[in-house]
Amino acid sequence: MSTTAVRTLVSTSAKSTGRGRAAYWAVFALVFLAFTAAFVFPLYWAVTGAMKSSAELVRTPPTVVPEEWHPETYREAWTGLDLWLYFRNTVVVVVGAWLVQLMVAVPAAYALSKLRPKFGKLVLGLMLATIMLPAAALLVPTYLTVVDVPIVHVNLLNNPAAVWLPAAANAFNIYVLKRFFDQIADELVDAARIDGAGPLRTLWYVVLPVSRPVLAVVSIFAVVAAWKDFIWPLLVFPDPGEQTLSVALQRVAPDVPTNYLLAGLVLAGLPMVIAFVVFQRQILAGLTAGSLKG
Amino acid sequence: MTAVDTPRTVRARRSEEDTAPSRSSDRFRRRLAENLTAYGLLGGALVVFAVFSWYPIVRGVLLGFQQVDFVGSPEWVGIDNFRTLFADPLFVTAWLNTLEFTAYALVIGFAVPFAVAVVLNELRHATAYFRLVVYLPVMLPPIVAALLWKWFYDPGPGLFNSALGAVGGPQPQWLDSTSTAMISLVLVSTWANMGSATLIYLAALQTIPGELYEAAELDGASVWQRLRNVTIPQTRFVLAMMLLLQVVATMQVFTEPYVMTGGGPEDSTVTVLLLIYRYAFVYNDFGTASAMSVLLFVVLGVFSAAYLRLSSREG
Repeated sequence: MSTTAVRTLVSTSAKSTGRGRAAYWAVFALVFLAFTAAFVFPLYWAVTGAMKSSAELVRTPPTVVPEEWHPETYREAWTGLDLWLYFRNTVVVVVGAWLVQLMVAVPAAYALSKLRPKFGKLVLGLMLATIMLPAAALLVPTYLTVVDVPIVHVNLLNNPAAVWLPAAANAFNIYVLKRFFDQIADELVDAARIDGAGPLRTLWYVVLPVSRPVLAVVSIFAVVAAWKDFIWPLLVFPDPGEQTLSVALQRVAPDVPTNYLLAGLVLAGLPMVIAFVVFQRQILAGLTAGSLKG
Repeated sequence: MTAVDTPRTVRARRSEEDTAPSRSSDRFRRRLAENLTAYGLLGGALVVFAVFSWYPIVRGVLLGFQQVDFVGSPEWVGIDNFRTLFADPLFVTAWLNTLEFTAYALVIGFAVPFAVAVVLNELRHATAYFRLVVYLPVMLPPIVAALLWKWFYDPGPGLFNSALGAVGGPQPQWLDSTSTAMISLVLVSTWANMGSATLIYLAALQTIPGELYEAAELDGASVWQRLRNVTIPQTRFVLAMMLLLQVVATMQVFTEPYVMTGGGPEDSTVTVLLLIYRYAFVYNDFGTASAMSVLLFVVLGVFSAAYLRLSSREG
């Protein structure tokens, strides 16, 4: 993007001569230091803090580099704080939420986009109407619904489905997928139908293979949101044995030694940081596409 | 548009071709089958939306006027829940605190990312690094950010006061003082969320045609004038959208006060959502919690409607 000099607020020539050049490098150095201090140093502080001894951790002024390294704190926290259990619970909740969202939204968006049933527009409108509703205002009634699901009268508390099913009622997914499917030529779908393929086969063999980019966007949003969520899991997993990392860490925070808590925080954040470094391009593309058009 | 037009033309053509009644019942059967397939595919979405979205919306409003216990059926109590709410001194406190949080978040959390994006857009080195690190906190679970910063804020061996002490700066009490607790929460929330706003602004800045800056410069406009008369008008739409989104998001603030202060000290960080949480899950008074939710819903509804109007006009 910035390889060929794009004209911005300050012209390239103003930045490359004499005083302008000095000013450019001064601003660059300032931004570089500020960003490193604000966004990298806190993470360094947490990662190394977990490896300090309890005594070193409360020292004032603190040591910038640990005097004694205790990397085993991570291993001890993993087993001692049952982090492995909360980690497993989180993975179950997140992967389930992702799969259920795709299984619900993909066929629905396909039906609305390509099969266009009677009242399809009304259904779409009712779904999109929920997109801007503040989730916070719906916490109480949704909680009461999960405690006693209408008609079937099941209590979903302490069950991962308490996260999966409400997560699947996501209008953003339907909207993004339908917009993408709308751009797939009807001829492609019709050709498959004339060849004798039913709607499900058409969806699976014709539509989905060309929909990888949009599936990636929906998947990333689903996984990141589920991993980051706190208030909803806090409400629906009162049983400590079923809690996700976020809920469990918050529960044990007041009672555990700081270095163990730090190890837990680092381990809870690590998968998302790794995922970001690996999928940076897709995540950032999804961010700007989703925000500017959604 | 095409979604409406195509089936109509197809239908028109077909009715010219076959007029026999048997054929028309064939066609009816085929259309019925098509509709059934479509609704079969829509079934999962219809069920989850009905049960976990549409039903709770209606029920949320009704609950505001009901008293529920988990034994009997809900009882209608008129506006009693609202009376209870208005009689609670924390009701006004919670709204004022939430407004304070939103106001600070707009001053800091709205201005800072835009300023950062404008500066980043001028830099030609290490751009990938800047984008990477500014977004890192966005990926962290909010609990991780909140608990980390709670540790940083520790007035004793905490990172911030140690760093301030090293340069002879002041030693604020951060979360422990009524005067700084709220701003401390705003700082965490800004740190954790500014990455997405920054990158969205950056994307918007890159769509501004360079000729506009050239022309302004030829007319003798200074950097500030160009910023005011080119950059800001050209990104007005994105700025307005983000402003509304941010108001809606910050008025629902919960995780930071819940984890870092518990609403204290002296109720100075009790927010609307924290009060809803207390009514519902501490006092088990779901009716009053719902009454508060209805009020929040109405207030945020205004901003949401403005957002939708804006986005549909431009999109």
